[in-house]
Amino acid sequence: MKVNRKRKLHEWFITLPSFSWLTVLFVIPTLIIFVITFKPSDPYGGIGDGWTLNTLISLGNPNYPAIIWRTLWLSVVTTLVSILLAVPMGYFMARVSAKWQQLLLLLVVVPFWTSFLVRIFAWKVLLHPEGPLKQLLVLLSLATPDTSLLYNSGAILLVLVYTYLPFAILPIYAAAEKFDFRLIEAARDLGAHQLRAFFSIFLPGIRRGLLTAILVVFIPALGSYVIPDIVGGPHSEMIGNKIAQRTFVDRNLPHASGLSAFLTLAVLAPLAAVLMLQKKKGPAGGPLIEEDA
Amino acid sequence: MSEFLEFEDVSKFYGSVRAVDHVSVSVKRGEFFSLLGPSGCGKTTLLRILAGFEEPDTGRVRLDGRDITDLPPNQRKVNTIFQSYALFPHLSVWENIAFGLRLQKRPRQEIHSEVDRMLHLVQLADQAHKKPAMLSGGQKQRVAIARALILKPQVLLLDEPLAALDLKLRQRMLIELDQIHDEVGITFLYVTHDQGEAMSLSDRIAVMNGGKVEQIGTPAQIYEAPRSSFVAAFIGDTNFFEGHVAEVVGGDYSRLSIDGFPDVVCFNDKQINTGNHVYLSVRPEKIRISRNKPLEDNLHNVVPARVEDVIYLGSSTKYRVRAQDYRIFVYQQHSRFSLDQRSITWNDDVWIWWHADDGFMLERYSESDENLMQLPPEAVATAENSGVLGPKPNRIP
Repeated sequence: MKVNRKRKLHEWFITLPSFSWLTVLFVIPTLIIFVITFKPSDPYGGIGDGWTLNTLISLGNPNYPAIIWRTLWLSVVTTLVSILLAVPMGYFMARVSAKWQQLLLLLVVVPFWTSFLVRIFAWKVLLHPEGPLKQLLVLLSLATPDTSLLYNSGAILLVLVYTYLPFAILPIYAAAEKFDFRLIEAARDLGAHQLRAFFSIFLPGIRRGLLTAILVVFIPALGSYVIPDIVGGPHSEMIGNKIAQRTFVDRNLPHASGLSAFLTLAVLAPLAAVLMLQKKKGPAGGPLIEEDA
Repeated sequence: MSEFLEFEDVSKFYGSVRAVDHVSVSVKRGEFFSLLGPSGCGKTTLLRILAGFEEPDTGRVRLDGRDITDLPPNQRKVNTIFQSYALFPHLSVWENIAFGLRLQKRPRQEIHSEVDRMLHLVQLADQAHKKPAMLSGGQKQRVAIARALILKPQVLLLDEPLAALDLKLRQRMLIELDQIHDEVGITFLYVTHDQGEAMSLSDRIAVMNGGKVEQIGTPAQIYEAPRSSFVAAFIGDTNFFEGHVAEVVGGDYSRLSIDGFPDVVCFNDKQINTGNHVYLSVRPEKIRISRNKPLEDNLHNVVPARVEDVIYLGSSTKYRVRAQDYRIFVYQQHSRFSLDQRSITWNDDVWIWWHADDGFMLERYSESDENLMQLPPEAVATAENSGVLGPKPNRIP
C-alpha cells in the first residue's frame, strides 16, 4: 500500500511540468476565449465591461453555415485523401529493408526542413495562371486557358493534403512497422486472398496508428488559416480566415472568440465521443492513442 | 501409383545460398512425417514452399495427385501452425477459430457448431471469448491447432510448434498433438530441430542438413542405422572410428583395421569391398563396460581401456574411456545397484565391448559433424591433450 502511494506521488511529480505547461498555456487560454465570447466589444478593439449574448446571436449570421460547411468538408476530404495515400505508403515502408526504411523516412520528413510558408508560396508559383502546371495542362488539353488552378477550394484541398500527408504517414508507418506480417501469412493460409487479408487483418492491426493519423490531420485542417489565405480565394474562406478577419480587420475580439470556441467544441466533440465509446468497451480496449504510435 | 504428398526435385536459392537443394520427399496419406535438422538446414523453407509462401526455383510439389506448385496459399488445402502461433490479436478465440470458415461463407449455424466442436476438441470451450493476449502459451498453441484443423486440411503443417513452450508444457503438448493426430487422421508435416520431438511423434523422419535430405526413415531406422556421420551425430551421440576393411568374414561381417585401435568386427550391411576406406559409428549406449573381462566370442569386440572421466546422471552414467589412441564414450544404464559393490571410477582399468551388429559403417563422413555431438567437453580431464580435435574421429592426436 505504502509503496503504491509513494509511486503515485512519484508519478504526479514527474507529470507536474507538462501538466502545468498544459494548464497555463492551453487550458486557461481556452477558457478565457470561452469567457470573452460573452463579453461586449469596445470601439477600440478591446474588450468591454459587463456581459452580453450579442456575439452568440450574431453567430447566426447567414454567411457562417456556408463557411462552416466548407471548413468541415475540406477537412474531411483532406483527412480521407491523406489516409488513403498514407496507408499504402506506410505498408510499403514497413515491408522494405531497414536501409530503405530509413531513406524513405528521411524523404517523408525532408519537406519539414523548408519553411512551411515558403512551401506554400511555392505552390502558388506552381499553380499560378502563368505557372508551369497550368501551361502543361493546357498543352495536354486537360484544361482551357481560362481555367483557374488557384484561389479556389481545389487549390486549398491540394495544399492541405500536401501539408498534412507526412503527419498521416508517420503514425501509420510506426504502427505498420510494429505489425507482425506473419499474421498476413496466417490469414492467407486460412484461405484469405490478398485484399481480404489486408482489410481484415492489416487494417485492424494498425488501427491505433490510423486513429492517430486521422486526428493529427483532421484537427489542424479544421483550424487551417494560412493555406486558404494564400492559395484560396474570396469564395473559399475557412473558419480560420474568418477568425483572423474578425481579429485583425474588424478588431472584434469577442466575435473572434466565439468562432474559436465553436471550432474548439467541433474538435473536442468527436474526440470525446470516441473516448466514451472506448471506455464503454472496457479496459481491454487499451488507450485510444498510444504514445509511441 | 504416386504418393499423397510429393516434393520432386525442389530447390530454393537465396542468392548463392542453397536453402533447399534438389530435395525429393514423399509422404503417405495420414502419416506423421517430420523434417528434422539444425537451424538453416532448409526444413522451414520446404514447409513454406508447401504452404505457398515461397516459390521453388526448381521442381514441383504435388498433393493428392494434383500439381499445386503454382497455387497461391489461399487455394491450397493445407493449413499451418506457426511457430509464433500468429493468432489474430484483435479477434477473440472464437473468432480466430471461425476465421477460415467465415471466409468460406459457410452458413452461420454450421460455423457455430463446427467452432464449438473444435473448442471442445482442444478443451478451450470456457476461453472462447478471450483475446489471444489473455491466454497462456499452451492455450494459444491449442487455438492455433483448432484454427488450422477446422478447415479439414489435407496436410497440417507444423512449424516448430512447441519451440516457444517450456519443457513441462512441451511434453504435455507432445502427447496432445499425438492424440489429435490419431483422432483426426490427417497427414501431419512437422518441422523441428528437436530430435526428441521428432523421434517420439513421427511415423517417418527426413533428416535434413545444408538444404539436402540426409536420410529418410522410421525413427528406429534413423537412430539404429544412420547413413551419414551427420545423422549419427545429430540424432543421439556416437563414437566415430576410421579405418579400412581388412577382410570379409562369412559374407555378413567385415573385419575392420583401425589405426591406433584393435581390429573391429562389424556387420557388413553396405557390402563394402576389402581394402576400402570406411568410417564406423558406434552408439555410446551400445557399449558395455565392466572391470571384469567378459567371455569372448567372434561377434563381440572386446577392448581393454582406462577410465578418464565419469559423469553420474542418476538414471545412467557417462564414461569417457581411453583405449589405445581412441577416446570412447560409454553410457551405462543403472540396472542394478548395490552399495557394497565398488563402482567404476577414475583411472580404473576396464573392459569395453559391443556386438558387431551395433557398429555401422557410414556412407558419408564429414569431420564438422563431430561438433554436433553433445558429448562431454574434451579438454576438461586431459591437460596433456590440448583439446584439439584430431584429424580422425575420437582419435587422440
